[in-house]
Amino acid sequence: MSALLETKGLTAHYGDFQALFGVDIRLERGETVAIIGANGAGKTTLMRSLSGVLSNDPDMIHNDGAAVGALGADTIMKRGIAMVPEGRKLFPSLSVEENLIIGGQHKGGRDMGDRIDGLIARITGGDDPSALTGHHDGTGYWTLDTIYELFPILRERRNNPGTALSGGQQQMVAIGRALMSNPDVLLCDEISLGLAPVVIKDIYAALPKIKESGASVIVVEQDIGQALKVADRVYCMMEGRVTLTGRPEEISRDAIHEAYFGAAA
Amino acid sequence: MIWVDTLVQGILLGGLYALFAAGLSLVFGIMRLVNLAHGDLIVLGAYLILVVVSATGMNPIFAAAVAAPVMFAIGWTLQKVVLNRTLGEDILPPLLVTFGLSIVLQNALLEGFSADSQRIGFGALETASVPLGPVTVGVLPLMTFGTAVLTILVLNQIFYRTAIGRAFRATSDDATTASLMGIRPARVFATATGLAMVVVTIAALYLGTRANFDPSIGPARLIYAFEAVIIGGLGSLWGTLAGGIIIGVAQTLGAAINPEWQILAGHLAFLIVLLVRPRGLFPRGKD
Repeated sequence: MSALLETKGLTAHYGDFQALFGVDIRLERGETVAIIGANGAGKTTLMRSLSGVLSNDPDMIHNDGAAVGALGADTIMKRGIAMVPEGRKLFPSLSVEENLIIGGQHKGGRDMGDRIDGLIARITGGDDPSALTGHHDGTGYWTLDTIYELFPILRERRNNPGTALSGGQQQMVAIGRALMSNPDVLLCDEISLGLAPVVIKDIYAALPKIKESGASVIVVEQDIGQALKVADRVYCMMEGRVTLTGRPEEISRDAIHEAYFGAAA
Repeated sequence: MIWVDTLVQGILLGGLYALFAAGLSLVFGIMRLVNLAHGDLIVLGAYLILVVVSATGMNPIFAAAVAAPVMFAIGWTLQKVVLNRTLGEDILPPLLVTFGLSIVLQNALLEGFSADSQRIGFGALETASVPLGPVTVGVLPLMTFGTAVLTILVLNQIFYRTAIGRAFRATSDDATTASLMGIRPARVFATATGLAMVVVTIAALYLGTRANFDPSIGPARLIYAFEAVIIGGLGSLWGTLAGGIIIGVAQTLGAAINPEWQILAGHLAFLIVLLVRPRGLFPRGKD
């Protein structure tokens, strides 16, 4: 049985700088996996690779058995892998509601643009970049209404520009925007960064509902306590490698400390 | 009374300039691309309409409707195959490539249609006029202005009320995050340029029916369009209409004082706005 999402010896480079050195992680259906590690450990690079923002060797990332490492972000999203990017990245020209709508507007299926690209590829003899879309139909529990039920404050603010909200509310929009495509996999990059503890609690309170809707989740967290609380499994990264993996109840604080900061001097 | 007449004629002329500028404004607003071949593309559109009219004898308006999808396809392909490759941090490549495109278009049109000036016949409409309060205005200028308002109204609806408009704005804000939403920026840009070419076709209809044209007049249309966009504020379509009207009124006022001052007065109005409001009259939010 192939994993929902899996990396095999994933490497990544920014020019001459190598950021990931053979990372193997696995996400099974229904799981929540947390990725922890200090700044510069390669967590965000891993998320950028998984979401297709960074292009890799096709075989380095598998989704439901298909080699998807070289696909672009738009195709990855249409396969049902949605991302809440670090820093939230709301669209300033769009209202809160438009930010949500746009998250579900291009979900699933091969649209007309994909067909045109496929036709051009057939004529020119190239590869059809969208051949691997159309596997996820994007329908499910999440609609504007269910997002507003999850985060009621967003309904009140729906006509505000997305960027006029507080940090926590913006994070809710970013999560809602990703959920609008009813993803199989939700990638959350540093969703508690820069937020007050009480706000972080509110955000994480949405997680059980998200899992119930059928999404499997990968969260990148610097807050180890938070990560251990929500995750079924934890991967700890350091300097572009996975240094520790296990169930939260199985791994000791010392082991985490060592995996996080390196062996005690 | 002559001044009221001058003012009205100037406003109506502004409609033509707004049509020249609307496509330029749309493309700039979405991808920060200044298309220096915009004027030549309008001239190309006028020749396309002329060819359809000569071949079929149909009304120029219907001929423009035939030309519009062809122009959309030209714009879409141009963006997808050429212009997308020039977009990036550096603003020079798109300027150089569209400047080159402008030269290619002018020479290709010269080769294909010679330097003789042409005109698209509009029958009795060319000279028809109607009384409008104290002044009499030409039907064709009135149609031009009405079309300009309607075009900008429709473009604004597309921009702010439709899915593709949301994709335009999101991609313009942040192309990488837009791609996480399943949007392919290269495709959105191609659609935007295709849409701009439909507006160019509408502009071409009035360019070709109101006056003579030949392959060399594109760059001057680009200047008027560019001035209208800058006066209005980059990225604002209603601002572009206002910019067109300001140039139109300045030109007719200048011409009323001395016919030699027509073009100069338009450019002076542009310079004055640039001095007083460097970001234009209605700049769109950021940058």
